Amino acid sequence: MRSLRSTEWSKVEGRLNNLLRNAKEALRKRAPYGPDIDLEEFNFEEEGDVENEPVESLPPDLRKAGEAVGIDVNERRVSGTYLQIDGRVLRSTVLKWLRERGLIVAPISEALRKFNWLKDYYWSAIPVDQDKYTAAAEVFRQHGYFIYVPPNVKIEIPVQTCLLMSCHRGAQAVHNIIIADENSELNLITGCATTANRGLHIGVSEFFVKRGARVTFTMIHGWAPEFHVRPRAAVVVEEGGTFVNYYINMHSVKSLQMLPTVIEHRNACSYLTTIVLGRGSAFMDVGGRIIFRGENARGEITSRSVIRDSAKVIMRGQLIAEAQKVRGHLECRGLLLSDSAEAEAIPSLKSKFNDVELTHEAALGRISEEEMIYLMMKGFNEDEATALLVRGFIDAGLQHLPESLRFAAISTLEMAARMAKG
Amino acid sequence: MSNLLEVRDLSVRAGGKEILHGVNLSIREGDVGVLMGPNAAGKSALLKTIMGDPRYEIVRGSILFNGVKINDLKPYERVKLGIALAFQNPPRIGIKLGYFIDKLSEEFGSNADSVIDELGIRQLVGRELFHGFSGGEMKKTELFITLLQRPRLALLDEPDSGVDIDSLSVIASMINRLIDAGSSVLLVTHTGHILRYLRRLDVIHVMINGKIVYSGDPSIMEKILRYGYEKFEKYGVVESGRAIK
Repeated sequence: MRSLRSTEWSKVEGRLNNLLRNAKEALRKRAPYGPDIDLEEFNFEEEGDVENEPVESLPPDLRKAGEAVGIDVNERRVSGTYLQIDGRVLRSTVLKWLRERGLIVAPISEALRKFNWLKDYYWSAIPVDQDKYTAAAEVFRQHGYFIYVPPNVKIEIPVQTCLLMSCHRGAQAVHNIIIADENSELNLITGCATTANRGLHIGVSEFFVKRGARVTFTMIHGWAPEFHVRPRAAVVVEEGGTFVNYYINMHSVKSLQMLPTVIEHRNACSYLTTIVLGRGSAFMDVGGRIIFRGENARGEITSRSVIRDSAKVIMRGQLIAEAQKVRGHLECRGLLLSDSAEAEAIPSLKSKFNDVELTHEAALGRISEEEMIYLMMKGFNEDEATALLVRGFIDAGLQHLPESLRFAAISTLEMAARMAKG
Repeated sequence: MSNLLEVRDLSVRAGGKEILHGVNLSIREGDVGVLMGPNAAGKSALLKTIMGDPRYEIVRGSILFNGVKINDLKPYERVKLGIALAFQNPPRIGIKLGYFIDKLSEEFGSNADSVIDELGIRQLVGRELFHGFSGGEMKKTELFITLLQRPRLALLDEPDSGVDIDSLSVIASMINRLIDAGSSVLLVTHTGHILRYLRRLDVIHVMINGKIVYSGDPSIMEKILRYGYEKFEKYGVVESGRAIK
């Protein structure tokens, strides 16, 4: 790790002050997509304490909410845990042998104080003034996590992070930074859930996947019908690195808007998969963007949406070639389960180079009568057949998920399949 | 032996026209029967109607299973009674075979893991049902699914069409397994090739133009295969159980 000389330090301080000033100025800046949220309707609590409590000590309702989004409360299947409730950090820990190998899981507030070099990464992948939500994360600063994997350290056992919310009309704005150093490997599961009915969650995540490193990031959300959710993620994948991302949201939400952006350098590779269930009157605008900045970069974006009731889901996918010999594929599929459900697929491909291959396919539809009749003739009633087909529909997006992360996703998918019919 | 299935004077409409006209057919408990007939005779339509396919509307007559009229039962209710249908051409289903097998095993309390290898379909469990399956793979998978359902009556719609000779014997051994387990079987075949591999054959039904024109001794088959259905209908008998002239 690097240290900063005093002349450099003053530059860093100056930069941090600039960030805060820019953020304050952007607090009213609307995002290009998704309904605009009035931040003043929600309470941004003060940044709370950092404690170190076992996950098992969570109150029963929060514990249940956490389990529903794949959190391993007994911490038997994870190598580290970060747990935050509203603005308070309840736990951040890693297994001793991995701590000795240099794995860090810490509140970002603490990490920024401890590691000066981290400030170089802070807001380097996402502009602080991108929109009012990124700005709020800087202005209201409510922790978030920092994860660092040293070079050549490969950690197959997942690290779990859990962001919970319990205050009615509360707002949580966290900033996470994840650095997988050269040739390292990290499997990260994030579960976000709430016991409150109404709230706003903002999560800024900056990922740095260094040369030859591999990060698999699975994020499972479980919000409530009156929640607005605005994740803001950017990923820099250096030469030969791999980034695999699953976003799964099967719970109710008022509005969700996210467009994670991956910047890939030479020979880098990424897979972004979004699996959502739109219910009630939810509005979801999801998807991803990959910018291929180096030759031979490859990437795939997959979106699978199941939409019922009067929910609306927009699936965006953007592949942008800024170098030769890149290959990208985009797939958006929506399954509509009710007459008032609405889906929209907006795929976009962009290239100024002749030696690239960018493709897309999009399909919106209903469950076919043929499939339904077949399953009924195999012994399943209408609801069971629908659940099976929904499960199959979303399962098809999980092909790159490693076995060690499947436990978290699969239980969520089973639940989704059961809920598909209401 | 009592009749497990009894189809009485059954007339059926599909796609706006009547395709079965007063069909009578019965299957006894443990019977192995074959239903033969030319293309478009209505064989598949009969099986699907027995199974409760909503696209086939019963306009007259009744279907009794184990003495109970099942005309108005949903397909899955018929499955619960013990009827299973192996499709001739199953549609592509967006569910992975492995997951579907798990669900069926759970539903019917069956375990036939070893049969997967016997059938040589292990490599298909990670794939979506029937997506890109060869003809043989499709037939084997459908039969495997039927086995998992542990039916009292297995309706097998052309399990031998479009499969190579090696697959044919494997498929026949699965049908024999059903027979050994005590299932009654009604098998539709065009060519009859598969019949020589079967443990036994008790009865043959011949359907032409939406009617059963013969039900009885299987020894008639040789003559059908020699003379063809047209001559069978023209010169043969239309009364059940009588030999061809």
